[in-house]
Amino acid sequence: MNSIRRIAGILWIAIAPVALYYLIKTGMSEIEKKPTIDTKIQWIVFIIVFIPAAIGLVIFGYYALKGEYDEN
Amino acid sequence: MPNEKLFADNFLLHDRIIKFIIPKPTAVMPSSQTSGIRKVIIASSVGTLIEWYDFFIFGSLATVISNQFFPKTNPTAALLSTLATFAVGFIVRPFGALVFGRLGDLVGRKYTFLLTLIIMGGSTFAIGLVPKYETIGFAAPLIVLILRLLQGLALGGEYGGAAIYVAEHSPDHRRGYFTSWIQTTASIGFFVSLGVILLTRHVLDSDQTKSIAKFNDWGWRIPFLISIILVGVSIYIRLKMNESPLFMKLKSEGKTSSNPLKESFTHKENLKMVLLALFGATMAQGVIWYTGQFYAQSFIENVCKIDFDQSRTILIWAIFFTTPFFVVFGTWSDKVGRKWIIVAGMLLATISYRFLFSQLLQVSDEKNKTEIAQLQQVKTTLTPIPNSSNSLRTTVTKNFYDDGMFISETKKDTLYIDHASTKPEIRIAKTLGNSGYWKMVFIVSIMIFNVTIAYGPIVSFLVELFPTKIRYTSMSLPYHIGNGIFGGLTPFFATLLTTIYTSDKLVGLTYPIVISLVGAIICILYVNEKNKKSFDTI
Repeated sequence: MNSIRRIAGILWIAIAPVALYYLIKTGMSEIEKKPTIDTKIQWIVFIIVFIPAAIGLVIFGYYALKGEYDEN
Repeated sequence: MPNEKLFADNFLLHDRIIKFIIPKPTAVMPSSQTSGIRKVIIASSVGTLIEWYDFFIFGSLATVISNQFFPKTNPTAALLSTLATFAVGFIVRPFGALVFGRLGDLVGRKYTFLLTLIIMGGSTFAIGLVPKYETIGFAAPLIVLILRLLQGLALGGEYGGAAIYVAEHSPDHRRGYFTSWIQTTASIGFFVSLGVILLTRHVLDSDQTKSIAKFNDWGWRIPFLISIILVGVSIYIRLKMNESPLFMKLKSEGKTSSNPLKESFTHKENLKMVLLALFGATMAQGVIWYTGQFYAQSFIENVCKIDFDQSRTILIWAIFFTTPFFVVFGTWSDKVGRKWIIVAGMLLATISYRFLFSQLLQVSDEKNKTEIAQLQQVKTTLTPIPNSSNSLRTTVTKNFYDDGMFISETKKDTLYIDHASTKPEIRIAKTLGNSGYWKMVFIVSIMIFNVTIAYGPIVSFLVELFPTKIRYTSMSLPYHIGNGIFGGLTPFFATLLTTIYTSDKLVGLTYPIVISLVGAIICILYVNEKNKKSFDTI
């Protein structure tokens, strides 16, 4: 079980930048479609608040990979 | 349609369910202790319920408020502005968690959640007093935005304080049961907000059309203003309560944290628990909460096209029927552990959402019903447009179906004197018959039942992850990131997906399904059970 926990850590590290990339890409395409100030503000806010969450997921994955969540 | 007798019968049923499933605490605790914990639960729950009520009335009245405070020249911009304000309300919650969490770990739980209640109550009351955009111009939306920010900040501090206050008064073996009462407050706050809005909307005039017009003009302020009475009562109750015994003990021993933020987020042992609480519990739970209630209501109104009142009363009934289960699952978690109940809630959400939402579409789809053509009603009215020779033509067509449902199609267009006509504006509202109405109540009840599984035990799970001296700070942040950001933005992301991939009306559910699944996997892999452990060993 501990080895699964550690291997899954790689997955969490990988998911975070992929999700953030998808969010930024969608945001840019939405702003392009409708370049109003409301759209811009909304997407900038969403991206800004999800960046710390993505960083948190990377740190979580790193801890998992290092065995910090292993059962003793 | 619901009536008073049915409501009274269900209320009795509700009461019986609670008495049946929840054993009397006196069986396991001395009566003085029981009475004490009851007071603690009431003082904490009432205040938290009022805070949720205050927070939700703004969201529920977003469209009405946008007409009052944002420029009318562009209605879409006005609505988006309100939605943005709504989102800000959610996003600012984590900051409230940091500010008040730190305060709660430094000066105590009681005074901190008293302060959040005052800020929330004051802001809500003040929103009800802000003059319209027409009267004071740009200052109106600016003041509303600031007050909304204060609401979000206060909510970020309130919930953690109330939950910890109850948890630190509870015996170890009943922590899940006692704290689950706090878990009912968000749904009941939402329930009360919907109820007060519907009631106010219909009692301002004997003519319903005039009553709704009055509500949209000034009556919407009433739900905001009455909040001050509730807040006053709650402050009075809370002032009479003592500080948490565990916090008092730490304080008397001089063991409180001098820098809770630093200890919570820079010490690896604690940070890894904060991250686990977020990704293994609150992220998925927040998304499930908002999908089962907010997105369900939005889906029923905007995708199924059910009329304003029914889309809200369906939710009111569903919350009413399912709220006792928060306490059921909280209590059960004292016996079998928190982890697997929470995981079950996440997995049920993952596998059931597409089916349940497709059933909502089925119930509202007229293609599955037979139209009674001879009952069709068409009514056209012409209203002259002032200072012109043109007229506004309104055509209301009502089509009736065999199961009692009818669809009102309101078509509005301008007739010009030279016979030219503009493209009509069409609005469709479906009013369900009895069977369709109760089917929808049943489907939404299943969704909220699912919310109770994931949400009922989560507060006891969270408080058990962190030591007393930094519990307020450490627990509040993951809770409000999970619920405020991941959960609060669920209706936005779900709606966004439906506008990008227009062929599938259920595509919006991809977001909650993926998040619930990821949360379940993380919870299964990394969470260890801690229930029934004494806070002294954490």
